[in-house]
Amino acid sequence: MTEKLGILGRKVGMTRIFANDGSAVAVTVIEAGPCPVIQKKDAATDGYNAVQIAFGEAKEKHVTKAMRGHFAKADRGLFRNTCEIRLAEAPELEVGQDITAEIFAAGEKVRVTGTTIGKGFQGVMKRWNFAGMPASHGHEKVHRSPGSIGHATFPGKVFKGKKMPGHMGNVRQTTSNLEVVAVRADENLILVKGAVPGPKNGLVLVRKQ
Amino acid sequence: MTIIEKIEREQLRMDIPEFNAGDTVKVHMRIIEGEKERIQVFQGAVIRISKGTTNATFTVRKISDGVGVERVFPMHSPSIERVEVVQEGRVRRSRLYYLRNLKGKAARIKPKNRW
Repeated sequence: MTEKLGILGRKVGMTRIFANDGSAVAVTVIEAGPCPVIQKKDAATDGYNAVQIAFGEAKEKHVTKAMRGHFAKADRGLFRNTCEIRLAEAPELEVGQDITAEIFAAGEKVRVTGTTIGKGFQGVMKRWNFAGMPASHGHEKVHRSPGSIGHATFPGKVFKGKKMPGHMGNVRQTTSNLEVVAVRADENLILVKGAVPGPKNGLVLVRKQ
Repeated sequence: MTIIEKIEREQLRMDIPEFNAGDTVKVHMRIIEGEKERIQVFQGAVIRISKGTTNATFTVRKISDGVGVERVFPMHSPSIERVEVVQEGRVRRSRLYYLRNLKGKAARIKPKNRW
């Protein structure tokens, strides 16, 4: 756990921009914040330090009565997403205060967390990069199969953790060491070098590291 | 206008002249060698223009010491100092890959008739 401040955002998409030396840089555009602080937690009352932040405006009909009461304490309207960020030290933020994209600066390294694109039930070639079987030389109906999955009487079982077909994607994933190329605070945009997990319009958490 | 379009539009260069496949162009490239910066000129025929915003490129082909040389330039790269159109050519397609199979006199492009 990094225990450093972060911000919730929406992945807008990817593009490329030119650096000053003429090289083209692939960037992901993230619409980050502004995220109001909904709740503060500190070591004295809760046992640990954290802030709860919210992102994405929601209509009243989409928010449960319990959450409506919780949001009313911050008095900043209703939101779709909330997220708790654990911090090493007690935060200097007040409830209701905005966290904006300005907390990041160009050149800084960040880690971005998102939910990867769901691929459904996939075979071993796509899921684990197995090589499969040859296309010809007598091979029939086994071109994408995993081959042998174990030995014989000894050990007499398939080992735990054996790479097999199954569900792929739609898991929470974090990419570290992504460089911030530019911050556009007036438009609430962060441009991060390289790819980040998740589909377009997916919810991402950008944290300092 | 979407956010991505807006970011890409800011990157575009409006000072590059319009040219087509078949035109002879001089591309002035900024080359950085260690500390020094100098301009290198690449002159040849445009054999392909690939459309796009920041992804747009064009390919220039020339014959250097009897060897065909092709170079792909990003249309909106800040490394391009300027592009000069030397001569407009009369061609009947947009991708002139057939020039790769031709040599000498046959590989010439006729200039465009401007009445």
